[in-house]
Amino acid sequence: MSDIIAARDDGEVADAVRSALSAGKTLEIRGHGSKRAVGRPSQTDLTLDLSALTGVTLYEPEELVLSARAATARADIEDMLAASGQMLAFEPMDPAPLLGSPAGAGTLGGLFAVNLSGPRRISHGAVRDHALGIKAVSGRGEPFKSGGRVVKNVTGYDLPRLMAGAFGTLCIATEITLKVLPRPPMEETLVAKVASPEAAAAALSAAMGSSCEVSGAAFLPEGVAGRLPGLSGSPAVVALRLEGVAPSVTARRTMLRTVLAPFGAADVLETDASRALWLAVRDVAPFCGLGERAVWRISTEPMAGPALAARLAADLGGEAFCDWAGGLIWLCLPGESAHADAVRTALAPHGGHATLIRATAAERARTAVFQPLDAALAALTKRVKESFDPGLVLNPGRMHAGM
Amino acid sequence: MTGTAPGLRMPDADARVLARRNDIIADLKAIVPGEGVIAHEREMRPYESDALTAYRQLPLVVVLPSTTAQVAAVLKYCHHNEIRVVPRGAGTSLSGGALPLEDAVLLGMGKFNKILEIDTPNRCAVVQPGVTNLGISKAVEHLGFYYAPDPSSQIACTIGGNVGENSGGVHCLKYGLTTNNVLGAELVLITGEIVRLGGKHLDAGGLDLLSVVIGSEGLLGVVTEVTVRLLKKPDTARAVLVGFPTSEDAGECVARIIAAGIIPAGIEMMDKDAIAAAEAFVHVGYPLDVEALLIVELDGPEAECAHLLEEVSRIAQGCNSVTLRVSTSEAERLGFWAGRKAAFPAVGRISPDYLCMDGTIPRRQLPFVLARMRELSVQYGLRVANVFHAGDGNLHPLILYDANAPGELHAAESFGADILRLCVEVGGVLTGEHGVGVEKRDLMDTMFNEVDLAQQQRMKCAFDDKSLLNPGKVFPTLHRCAEFGRMHVSGGALPFPDLPRF
Repeated sequence: MSDIIAARDDGEVADAVRSALSAGKTLEIRGHGSKRAVGRPSQTDLTLDLSALTGVTLYEPEELVLSARAATARADIEDMLAASGQMLAFEPMDPAPLLGSPAGAGTLGGLFAVNLSGPRRISHGAVRDHALGIKAVSGRGEPFKSGGRVVKNVTGYDLPRLMAGAFGTLCIATEITLKVLPRPPMEETLVAKVASPEAAAAALSAAMGSSCEVSGAAFLPEGVAGRLPGLSGSPAVVALRLEGVAPSVTARRTMLRTVLAPFGAADVLETDASRALWLAVRDVAPFCGLGERAVWRISTEPMAGPALAARLAADLGGEAFCDWAGGLIWLCLPGESAHADAVRTALAPHGGHATLIRATAAERARTAVFQPLDAALAALTKRVKESFDPGLVLNPGRMHAGM
Repeated sequence: MTGTAPGLRMPDADARVLARRNDIIADLKAIVPGEGVIAHEREMRPYESDALTAYRQLPLVVVLPSTTAQVAAVLKYCHHNEIRVVPRGAGTSLSGGALPLEDAVLLGMGKFNKILEIDTPNRCAVVQPGVTNLGISKAVEHLGFYYAPDPSSQIACTIGGNVGENSGGVHCLKYGLTTNNVLGAELVLITGEIVRLGGKHLDAGGLDLLSVVIGSEGLLGVVTEVTVRLLKKPDTARAVLVGFPTSEDAGECVARIIAAGIIPAGIEMMDKDAIAAAEAFVHVGYPLDVEALLIVELDGPEAECAHLLEEVSRIAQGCNSVTLRVSTSEAERLGFWAGRKAAFPAVGRISPDYLCMDGTIPRRQLPFVLARMRELSVQYGLRVANVFHAGDGNLHPLILYDANAPGELHAAESFGADILRLCVEVGGVLTGEHGVGVEKRDLMDTMFNEVDLAQQQRMKCAFDDKSLLNPGKVFPTLHRCAEFGRMHVSGGALPFPDLPRF
């Protein structure tokens, strides 16, 4: 266990980074630590604990904007938003249950750093799409800001979006400003049986290519589907979520039934059942509680997803399902071995990226957890890393070896 | 050759490059044969400015490549020979982003005008950067799809330029900006290396470099291919036109609509001067006795539009609206928009010249900002008309002036700068969608301190180590990358031991 430095404010964060830099030490950046097991295993000299940096600093519901310090609990933010009928529209995943720890932990900084968006990604965008501004400390120990608190802003480079998904390797975001959105008053989900992965892709594409404004679209093969709430014992299905005001949802339900008619009849899950289902899809409930069996998160072109998921599951003896209208594959392998080459070789013809989200530390140390980069992109990525963190102080090696 | 407007300082021209002009032209002709290199002054004239016509400068030479390989070879050559490069799309920038430099190659991307693939099952299209914004939507219209961002120049502006500027439009409250609607890009670096960022899939597998390329104003690389997200066209679009006795009432109405959980497809506001100019130009029946006019558009299924229009109308009435018309036909809806969309040319009719500003403010600051602008208008002796993307706080004050009247251009520019400082002061930003370019370059320090700007420029150096791409834009001072490499850490004497440890 490395020594822990606790920073109480931005100034102490900057001091800690400058000290580490001058002493040639590396820092692991930590909030609640709920996502520590994602990424390459940390081998830092010290841990910089941000957990005291809490508090919502700005929330103006009618302006759709919220700012909070990095270690503000995600749950507190969601509660505050819900009280005003709003939400984080990107539906951030809570990876803790998949990683074997209790649900509900995690900070704003953490969810921002990993950019793991949930089912509503397809209609409302990712974490990065809602990032408006940051206050941060660079790897030089210099506090800086970028972006602002307004949605329309092209003043300078869009660094807040770059920081989303950078796993704290570029800078330490100490305060984050996000766009928030109204929470839809109701939702329901249509569930239709599908005969094959190809039929699932076609059904999902037809629904997404309609004007039904689907905000969740999953392919749930037999076996996986049966372990999801509301679908017990179900064969392979596609699930499609409709959200909005009641007259709109009712109208779109009728439209969506017509779109799905060539594939078969659809059952309806009402609001509560629908919520439970998408929460389980978001947090990959079917693969929770299976120890450290390797789990991949694969983003690819949506039409290719269902068949690729089925093929990977069959070839490697695991299980898989798709979110994001087929474009996001969750693959759970039968053991701790990640089979990275097999996964990435199968993905290659379709394009995209595969990230090893759950694996033993040993497996994450010997496997490329993030999609390997070609030479030019790797060199550019390294230069960008060094432009923020020339001493490789911040979470070095968390994403890629040597940077 | 003509120089730029007085008062704008651009980086000193590199005399060595100017002296080698003939050799450089010959070398570039070897890379881009045929008519791809333009070196005659008369033929370069169309490239001397973009839509910010106050600034003009002939480039060293214009190069019009037609393949990615040519772009890569040109950039590699320029990198090797330390020649500056200014990328250009359709030249519709309102901030001088494509303003040439005397010693720089102007790299025109107009020949990249093909739609490479339309993939509606995956809801995307792969296009070359010189395809116009509207051209994408037109190409997929028969399939019932469209590309969402709709900057007002969409008939002419290119998707490559949209990527450079992170362009918005009137529908971005609901549908987002370019950055939310572009899935991938092929980018040629100044070294000639080609990198692919994103694709038909969502999100980045590593650092999201596409995020910083979008909106980078041609300073990081040259985009040679773009993958855009396509959306299904909504079944219905309907609008309501509401007049208010004060801008405060109109602002309150917008706030209450959003607080009620409604995200309209667009909310536009015009002030009295803009209403009068637009109505005199297009005669669409705008009320002339109101201080502020809102156009609220809702789209989606018919049932949803009808339901929400009722809600919006009820909210408007609770905010002292004095006129309220709900569109009952597509012609009527388009009529509501005709005045707003013609606002710029309409203002052009009532004034010899005008300057279009582009700040964003937290919406609730609108009444204060408008009041302050009226004071500034008196102070500078210049009129100002306001159009406002009210949903997202993006303000376009149009400052009326006469370039032939001594001192008026300068006064208009000072007035504009004061407005932008005011935007920053109330928590907003210098530019919402037009870009920094040269126009707002020297105001960057009102929003960012030296460290903020140095960090941005360091990242620029990761893409462009010799600062050759579009120098003199965005940043108030041009530094050599080596200057940013210096470490300002006084080792050893830092308060590390004082930090609480456990």
